[in-house]
Amino acid sequence: MPKDNGIGASSKRREDVRFLTGAGRYTDDINIHGQAYAHFVRSDVAHGTINGIDASAAEAMPGVLKVFTATDFEGVGGIPCGWQVTDRHGEPMQEPKHPVLAEGKVRHVGDPIAVVVAESLGQARDAAEALEIDISELPAVMDMKDALTEGAAKVHDDLTSNLCYDWGFVEENREAVDDAINGAHHVTTLELRNNRLVANPMEPRVAVGDYSAADDEHTLYTTSQNPHVIRLLMGAFVLGIPEHKLRVVAPDVGGGFGAKIYHYAEEAFCTFAAKALRRPVKWTSSRSEAFMSDAHGRDHVTKIELAMDEQGKFLAIRTDTHANMGAYLSTFAPSIPTWLHGTLMAGNYTTPLIYVNVKAVFTNTVPVDAYRGAGRPEATFQLERVVDKAAREMGIDPIELRRRNFITEFPYATPVAVEYDTGDYNATMDKLLEISDHSGFEVRAAESKANGKLRGFGIAHYIEACGIAPSNLVGQLGARAGLYESATVRVNATGSISVFTGSHSHGQGHETTFAQVVAEMIGIDEGQVDIVHGDTSKTPMGMGTYGSRSLAVGGSAMVRATEKIINKARKIAAHLMEAAEADIELKDGQFTVAGTDKSVAWGDVTLAAYVPHNYPLEDIEPGLEETAFYDPANFTYPSGAYGCEVEVDPETGKVKVLGFAAADDFGNVVNPMIVEGQVQGGLAQGIGQALLENCAYDQDGQLISASYMDYAMPRADDLPMFTVDHSCVTPCTHNPLGVKGCGEAGAIGSPPALVNAVIDALQRGGHDVKHIDMPLSPDRVWTAMNG
Amino acid sequence: MNKVSMTVNGKAVSGEVEGRTLLSSFLRDDINLTGTHVGCDTSQCGACVVHVDGEAVKSCTMLAAEADGAEVKTIEGMANADGSLSVIQQAFQDHHGLQCGFCTPGMVMSAAALLKENPQPSEQEVRTYLEGNICRCTGYHNIVKAIMAASGQDVSVIAAE
Ligand code: FES
Ligand code: FES
Repeated sequence: MPKDNGIGASSKRREDVRFLTGAGRYTDDINIHGQAYAHFVRSDVAHGTINGIDASAAEAMPGVLKVFTATDFEGVGGIPCGWQVTDRHGEPMQEPKHPVLAEGKVRHVGDPIAVVVAESLGQARDAAEALEIDISELPAVMDMKDALTEGAAKVHDDLTSNLCYDWGFVEENREAVDDAINGAHHVTTLELRNNRLVANPMEPRVAVGDYSAADDEHTLYTTSQNPHVIRLLMGAFVLGIPEHKLRVVAPDVGGGFGAKIYHYAEEAFCTFAAKALRRPVKWTSSRSEAFMSDAHGRDHVTKIELAMDEQGKFLAIRTDTHANMGAYLSTFAPSIPTWLHGTLMAGNYTTPLIYVNVKAVFTNTVPVDAYRGAGRPEATFQLERVVDKAAREMGIDPIELRRRNFITEFPYATPVAVEYDTGDYNATMDKLLEISDHSGFEVRAAESKANGKLRGFGIAHYIEACGIAPSNLVGQLGARAGLYESATVRVNATGSISVFTGSHSHGQGHETTFAQVVAEMIGIDEGQVDIVHGDTSKTPMGMGTYGSRSLAVGGSAMVRATEKIINKARKIAAHLMEAAEADIELKDGQFTVAGTDKSVAWGDVTLAAYVPHNYPLEDIEPGLEETAFYDPANFTYPSGAYGCEVEVDPETGKVKVLGFAAADDFGNVVNPMIVEGQVQGGLAQGIGQALLENCAYDQDGQLISASYMDYAMPRADDLPMFTVDHSCVTPCTHNPLGVKGCGEAGAIGSPPALVNAVIDALQRGGHDVKHIDMPLSPDRVWTAMNG
Repeated sequence: MNKVSMTVNGKAVSGEVEGRTLLSSFLRDDINLTGTHVGCDTSQCGACVVHVDGEAVKSCTMLAAEADGAEVKTIEGMANADGSLSVIQQAFQDHHGLQCGFCTPGMVMSAAALLKENPQPSEQEVRTYLEGNICRCTGYHNIVKAIMAASGQDVSVIAAE
């Protein structure tokens, strides 16, 4: 019988009721009495010198309160970067200043130059037309390899070059890897591009700044995945506001996918302007603005080499990647192509020697940072593509080649510095073959052939590192923050519970899942537990939600706090029943004394905690509220096998995804319905990357794909029904729930499976196509077939 | 400024708007019905879908003045009279047809319009009809399932229940 309450139940999401009735409270739904409206004036050239800005006409326009430019931000800090990477020579990365508003130069289309604040948005926009900005255009730095040549134009004049860092990992292995590759029986080489994407949460970003002169308090309402991180970065590094005078609220947030992790200029601006003008200031991004101001994702150019022996045993991997940073360093940007990418290059395989080289490059494009998966999709894509290519070259079935190289013993220390705790990759592979009806494939392929179509099946097996992350470890790797999570569990006198979590939900359903966990531990109904998140004035310092960390790290903090609650409640129960604490048991919300029929209910104990008439006051304090901070001992390592079946129309090159199956090992699962939804959503984004989405610039740095007319978001009609399974379970060994995290898997495992499927279809059709860069548009596929 | 009057979710409302004011901003900013969302500026995403005189309309493509005198229904008017979720809303909850909820109002309004015109749509018909509604979270699987379930069809055979 499936459970209907607690851990393992597909509890219906409680947050849905407000979202389904229009009662959600998103940031743009917040209007503060007297608020003014900010309109950002952005660069329409990729690179240029600002000769002058004349705001006099604009400031004279009706309703205009003020036009802000860089001069208003003298003495204000730049937007900070939260991660410092050390290069292969032991030197720190080059780190340019990222001003709130452009100083002297503009460096990408969309770079904010000035902000008009007016009584109404219409007035602000009208006045922006009257702003006179004199810019001399400079040559745009667009291609990463060109950007590193001698004499190339520089994005930042004060840096020595456009190279942010040249990172080698593991540097000590460099020569051994070269030797292994030089001496190998066979080396498969693949050059590819991981296409630049725009995260595109459906809710555009919004910031509302408010200032109370009476108590010198600032409040920022913002579309953020991590309000405490914004408070820390903006307060300490940009505006110099101490934490106790700065409240950051991220209410209902309409999706994030990484793009709402970072601290953005608009947040600092609205907070700053609210004080300067003594008026609340609101900014709402349009979608067009989002395309040129939300951090982008991916954009790697990679060469990967895989060396094998006669049997196809992997001997060594060497990769050479250029990673686009864009014009400035976004909050976590330097860590994505390095620690979230290089450390995953072992994949699921026993390859003993690995060397990853990454050159991070500044270009005149929007900053690039984490997008769902962040580094791990880039690692998985190149690895699972090169393994497929190697299988063809070696004449070994791609499933068999993977199995020959699977890691089967755990814990397993990879040559790229991480230790996988658990996994069973053959089990997920078997499960995938079952749920994708792999044995029936040949029959289906024959049917397609009879209809003049080419059918192909592609597979990918992924590993990811989630539950980000042990603070001491990431500190050594350059993180400028800890990555613990926090929870306060406040039990009320009548036994109901409010949990204040540092995690943030922007679609993941924490209000439901987290309540399931606490309810299970105490044995009460989920309805008794409320989850509070997203407001720095309510929740303890937390690092927020990204990297599939909420349940593994935030949930673990909540478990620890709940354990403290239960321990204290047992003491109270022991007192009430005049029994020894060691004999007290808690089950289904009842405390009992072992071996007797004595019991007290949860509600009696909680009431005693707040009405301590009969209470062990000499031993314990009244009240029932506990906080825990949880710092994980390791990453978690979800893994899974993904299979994609496609049909290619040889006439047009159009690819149709007929079926997609995912067999994941997420460890223990709290709410299967929500986990399945997370995988489905991730698959859609991965299929979007592989088939449809591409953020494109022309050589002058103009953003070509700047709206939904040109950036192909996956629509309902582009996708199949998915077959997802999470019955392969090897629980995580180092967190109390045994969970691994499920938020990013779909986006990580699906692109290589899809591309492998298309290559399979073409090869079966007699076309010797070895690789096509994503997205696999009809044009690219047709050209590959006929070129 | 022009005066506009219309019926929204059964209630008479009116306001003073500029000629350029969109119906979506009138609903959100003038009469504070913030359930209707704005997800784009090129009329592509469908987060803003409402019903005007019974037809599904992207409210970001219509001027408030054009809706003068019309009968408008928004997500706030979709629940049953007793406040409980309507069949379509309930199906979205039952089948996990929403995550962040931002596209949801438009999805529900589009689904209602679809089922009015085609009471038992096939999976393909649902997918085709949703061409103008983008969801970034769900991958559509559960949205399609929810709409088919709301139409009274048995969706238990669809994978990943
Ligand atoms: S806001 Fe109307 S279609 Fe996007
Ligand atoms: S539920 Fe988030 S966009 Fe659809």
